[in-house]
Amino acid sequence: MVEWTDFERATIQDIFSKMDYESVGHNALARCLVVYPWTQRYFGNFGNLYNAAAIIGNPKVAAHGAVVLHGLDKAVKNMDNIKATYAELSVLHSEKLHVDPDNFRLLADCLTIVVASRLGTGFTADVQAAFQKFLAVVGAALRKQYH
Amino acid sequence: MSLTAKDVAVVKALWGKIGAKADDIGAEALGRMLTVYPQTKTYFAHWADLSPGSAPVKKHGKTIMGAVSAAVASIEDLPGAMSQLSELHAYKLRVDPSNFKILSHNLLVVLAIQFPSDFTPEVHVAMDKFLSAVALALSEKYR
Repeated sequence: MVEWTDFERATIQDIFSKMDYESVGHNALARCLVVYPWTQRYFGNFGNLYNAAAIIGNPKVAAHGAVVLHGLDKAVKNMDNIKATYAELSVLHSEKLHVDPDNFRLLADCLTIVVASRLGTGFTADVQAAFQKFLAVVGAALRKQYH
Repeated sequence: MSLTAKDVAVVKALWGKIGAKADDIGAEALGRMLTVYPQTKTYFAHWADLSPGSAPVKKHGKTIMGAVSAAVASIEDLPGAMSQLSELHAYKLRVDPSNFKILSHNLLVVLAIQFPSDFTPEVHVAMDKFLSAVALALSEKYR
């Protein structure tokens, strides 16, 4: 069971309550596909991903980015039970989507960078630590049903 | 994953913009690393104060960024330019090379905070590639 401090709980709720899910989701996924191009392997049916401009302008990337970010909501609302909350999504990512779980960390790093640029100096080291811990817990939960 | 001519141009352009802020960026990145990845503190047990913004952190952030700036200047031959630092890290400091990735990530976070409109995905990938190349050059002498 993951122990969350009051500061960590408050920080996560605060970040997500103010978040523009569509914009942040779009930017984080697009960034992931540009910075780590091998992640494009999971999006063969997204059409034009040939260069950064195409990826950033791709409406399917934008739409899916929002889907992923709204998926994080489950964890935000169930911080004390993230493992169970993501059991089904974990099976989905393993059995159906066949996503290498290392990719969860890559997307998490891109999401951290997007949120950092939006929050600016408000994204202090302690806030960053809480945010990255949260994403690591989500990643571990998504990895749980892989075998 | 070697650096293209475009990567080199992008990195040099961003470094030009960073200018005098380099020392602060280094200090902030180091402070973040010590906070967000506490296992990295094990390499600095000899410092009196490991908190972000402390004197040793500021001083060492400046040292690191000096080396990264030198790497930008010698970007065409990173293994050559980093040879001595590689020996230092390999034989004396014995820093596990996986930590280079951690510091790189925190440098990117600080760049994203301080240059939000400049740090586009294209600039991000070029910087990530550059820092990976620096890390690789730094690991050269390990074994």
